[in-house]
Amino acid sequence: MSVIDARDLTFTYLGSSKPSISDLTFSVNRGQFVVLTGPSGCGKTSVCRCLNGLIPHFYSGELQGDVIVCGSSVRDKPTSELARKVGFVFQNPENQLFSLSVERDVAFGPENLGLPRNETRERVEWALEVTGISSLRDRAPYELSGGQQQRAAISAVLAMKPEVMVLDEPTSFLDPKSAAEILKVVHGLNRKFGMTIVLVEHRLDLASQYADRVIIMDKGKIILDGKPSEVYNERARMIGVGIPRITFLAQLLQKDGLTFSSMPLTVDEASATLRRSISP
Amino acid sequence: MIKTEMLHFAYPIGGDVLKGIDLEIGDSEFVAIMGENGAGKTTLIKHFNGLHKPTKGRVTVDDIDTKKRSVASIARDVGLVFQNPDHQLFCETVKEEVAFSLRNFGYDAETIERRTTSILETLDLSQYAESSPFTLSGGERKRVALASVLAWNPKYVVLDEPTIGQDYLQKDRLRNFILQLVSQRKTVIMVTHDVEFVAECKPRVILLSRGEIVADGPARVILSDEALLDKCSLMRPQISSLMSSLRDLGLSQDVIDVYTARACLLEAVKRVK
Repeated sequence: MSVIDARDLTFTYLGSSKPSISDLTFSVNRGQFVVLTGPSGCGKTSVCRCLNGLIPHFYSGELQGDVIVCGSSVRDKPTSELARKVGFVFQNPENQLFSLSVERDVAFGPENLGLPRNETRERVEWALEVTGISSLRDRAPYELSGGQQQRAAISAVLAMKPEVMVLDEPTSFLDPKSAAEILKVVHGLNRKFGMTIVLVEHRLDLASQYADRVIIMDKGKIILDGKPSEVYNERARMIGVGIPRITFLAQLLQKDGLTFSSMPLTVDEASATLRRSISP
Repeated sequence: MIKTEMLHFAYPIGGDVLKGIDLEIGDSEFVAIMGENGAGKTTLIKHFNGLHKPTKGRVTVDDIDTKKRSVASIARDVGLVFQNPDHQLFCETVKEEVAFSLRNFGYDAETIERRTTSILETLDLSQYAESSPFTLSGGERKRVALASVLAWNPKYVVLDEPTIGQDYLQKDRLRNFILQLVSQRKTVIMVTHDVEFVAECKPRVILLSRGEIVADGPARVILSDEALLDKCSLMRPQISSLMSSLRDLGLSQDVIDVYTARACLLEAVKRVK
């Protein structure tokens, strides 16, 4: 069953002469983990903005086509209502956190929904626990490391109990280990709670192992859509997709005559195949 | 040469962010400063152009103490490109943005025009010359910030996380561009935690953790040291992990990039046959 249904979606920002995304048609099934990637300026952030109604309600411009998210058209529903269904995590957590304590930040969403006190409290507890920052509840967000801030931002969104989580390059300000940990948290949301994930990410070396599906965009259009091992091809590389180094190495070695039954996405997969070729 | 001697620095609130940094970066060197979030990397490079002055210790640029020069004067030699381009961009058009510093440094109109056009071309920004920087994507704004600093041709180019938000082709281009600067004998210092990018440029790597230097050496040595990287919240490049997983088959252990790994592995396959 699909939770996101985009039909002939085209959007042109006010003042721009050409559309940032054009004629996109795609759907995402409930519980899917989708990685959305492509070269800078390809339109992936604009797609995210359509999913929670920031386009067209906040960003002005011309929208054609439609996106149905969890049964509602983003044209009709205001962002405030879509926010209950679609959680949005930004690249820079500093843009999203504003309270003097992590706990207050996480409680802000449920309080605004007018939920009873005890339910708000339960949701805050749960959201802090899921991302592993219960112990930081009384700290001010600005005192935290980038990774901790991003966990706080994810918790704040989780407390709204959305069905779909959209994350726009959530790891780009983080060091590699913190980035890997954040992606593990996101993977957990998908696996444990069946949450649908749309993750915009350049760090495909870290994200690919969790993805059911990778959508690659270029110049406002979807050009490849499939399992990670299928879409990381020459075409993807030529337009500037940073396919995992390990996959790229395997592709080169395949040209040199080595055989891989499927393109490896992780070091372990590549290592197993290579060991067979090299072992005496 | 940029030199720091027992550099300590503390912000008004909190303890020392830098705890006695002793460092020499020679002319025409290419250096990556790596370390975990909060290690003090950005604080350190802000000392190089005098934005920060040491609480204790000393920083000299070409033998002159940064406390004895204004930031504006040091900036002519040390160009710093911030991590967040929005901290640095403010003009109406991309072209204006790049021309701004040149005008401030008093260049004539013709030079400004020539340099602006050339740097926009090099960084693949010509098509945006008349656009507002704020209509561009994050990755593009980042390149505008870089262009505006490179335009005045500083002797030292200091880049704070230049690869953030850049896709692979742009990183490729950025790498070639940096290597070109290095071959023109400029000193390039970059703060980054993009291990894959460093693995492909192979600069001298200085590892910083909690305000102290924990390692300093060639990229292929430092990026293959799992324990050391782990301490700094960094991860080994995928290629290096692969080589390590095949260690028992006698593969070389300081390989960090795809092309060297390809050659090593083909060699190993040939040996078996």
